Amino acid sequence: MILPFLIIIPLLAAFLITLISGEKDNWAIVLSILAVISLLALALFSFFTTGNDTFIYEMSGWKIPLTICLVQDAFSMYMLVIVNLIALTSLMFSVTYIRHIAAEGAWKYYALFMLLVTGMNGVIATGDIFNLFVFMEIALFSTYALVAFGGKAEEYEAAFKYAVMGSISSTLILLGIGVLYSATSTLTMANIAAILPTINPQVVFWVGALFLAGFGLKAAIMPFHAWLPDAHSSAPAPISAMLSGVLIKALGVYVMVRIFFNIFGGLAVFNTIFMVLGTVSIMIGVLLALGQWDFKRLLAYHSISQIGYIILGFGLANPLGILGAVFHLLNHALFKSLLFYNAGSVEMILGTRNLKKMGNMTKILPVTSFTSMVASLSIAGMPPFNGFFSKLIIIVAAIQAGHPVFAFWAVLGSLFTLASFMKVQRYGFRGENKIEKPDVGASRGMKSAMIILAVLCLVSSALIIPGIREVTLDPVVTVIMNKTGYIHEVLGR
Amino acid sequence: MKQTEGMTLIVKTVTRVSVWLIVLYGIYIIMHGHLSPGGGFAGGVIIALALLNVMLAYGGNFVKRWVNIGFLHDIESSSAAIFLAMGILGMAMGGGFLANFISKGQLFHLLSAGTIPILNIIISAKVSMGLFVVVWALSIFHLDKGGK
Repeated sequence: MILPFLIIIPLLAAFLITLISGEKDNWAIVLSILAVISLLALALFSFFTTGNDTFIYEMSGWKIPLTICLVQDAFSMYMLVIVNLIALTSLMFSVTYIRHIAAEGAWKYYALFMLLVTGMNGVIATGDIFNLFVFMEIALFSTYALVAFGGKAEEYEAAFKYAVMGSISSTLILLGIGVLYSATSTLTMANIAAILPTINPQVVFWVGALFLAGFGLKAAIMPFHAWLPDAHSSAPAPISAMLSGVLIKALGVYVMVRIFFNIFGGLAVFNTIFMVLGTVSIMIGVLLALGQWDFKRLLAYHSISQIGYIILGFGLANPLGILGAVFHLLNHALFKSLLFYNAGSVEMILGTRNLKKMGNMTKILPVTSFTSMVASLSIAGMPPFNGFFSKLIIIVAAIQAGHPVFAFWAVLGSLFTLASFMKVQRYGFRGENKIEKPDVGASRGMKSAMIILAVLCLVSSALIIPGIREVTLDPVVTVIMNKTGYIHEVLGR
Repeated sequence: MKQTEGMTLIVKTVTRVSVWLIVLYGIYIIMHGHLSPGGGFAGGVIIALALLNVMLAYGGNFVKRWVNIGFLHDIESSSAAIFLAMGILGMAMGGGFLANFISKGQLFHLLSAGTIPILNIIISAKVSMGLFVVVWALSIFHLDKGGK
């Protein structure tokens, strides 16, 4: 009974915000933060109570082939926890930041933000493939508006580019859904998975290609990445954190894993494609990031690279690789969101994103520069921060699966990541420029958002301790490894 | 005669007569949503088109004086909230989300099918007001001046 509320609460909050907020944004902030806190509590509660079980919720009291169903298993609840955690810190960061960039009408931001959360929660919770498409569009349309929220020309350009690319990928996905529907006569994902082995196997490859391109665009895997650096660097910082931290994972990686593992049954050819594309993304993403001096653009390129690690881990398709990928999903959400908050804090106070114009930040913004150090060490894979463990697991899994070449590229990518973040620290936060201390500092909300994530960057390393791993990450890996066991769990036969 | 805002007198007169017929047709489509093709979305679009017809014939400023855009906006967002409330009511009455908890009545009667006509009316309010406000906002939006 919890599942529908994960969608109802943010949707209701979004419409109530448009109703009750006048010129001021106070009520919008209170409502949205209350909504996201309750969502996070619900998601955490259901994650720890789900374990290895699967619960389904059938809408309107109809039974499964006729109705839209929501599926609650360890994987979906894990993603919901990540989404709502980042959404909460993002809202905390937003309060001052959005008042800074938009003097009036800031309540619109919160309404759109809640729609974005609705869309992502819906995509994750749903068990119906067309319903997934609808929720995906809800999330995407609100991000188009949010990317352009600052109202500058380059933001409109980025939002437009993003909208065009998003529409192309949605068209491909819709085409894939249409082909699947005509081949299987059902839209419930578990039913599709049950029927697919009995029909022409060519269908899976056609649909797989369409979904790989469509959801690959959403996840910004290498050949489909062109929209990401613009959109993620132009958006307001808390939205960049949401986009980079969770949107590309919820809409891209989560859905791809759900479809290719739980519906298509983890075919070897797609796993190979995942591994190759993942490795290409790791290397080219990080090489493009090395040359960047725009802080947010650099972070955006690193998103491509880090998503590559996740895709590589899933492509290895052995339990260790999937464990690493699932763990890296969480870790990347934590440290990348934190880095975007750092960038936003610097941009708000100094008015620049150029690393060459920063410097001396430890004096001016102590919290920001300290947390940026934590995040840089995490993303570069330094122990004892979380990034080290997940990358280590993925690399070990690659060797274990007999792919030392991919392991080599992953290690090299990690070294380049380290180099690139040394540049950020050396020239940006600890540079030689003497900058005068500005009048305003980071607000309390911004500081607490950054500190929470910095602490979590360290604390989440503990998920790898066997006792904790068995109740958190292992059920998620079981769901993915179980492949078409999803059918039996959902259909109950 | 003096040319004022909007289109010519002919268009204005025709619009004045036809707009109510269009609205009536929209209401017909909405009310028969559970019996014949159409429903809340289609009827809502027809009502929005009637309003847009007025806007085209008489100009945006007239519409601004004629209707309260803020009120339309409130109808739009409250109808979505009411739709969700109907869904939650379905849960409270013992079904799933959006369960049909009212008696279904007799087939092919105007007052039948439980909550479906009510939901159709709510959707039509959402769609008509949403579509109209969107087009109205597009007509007054200027990129160089920023959105107001």
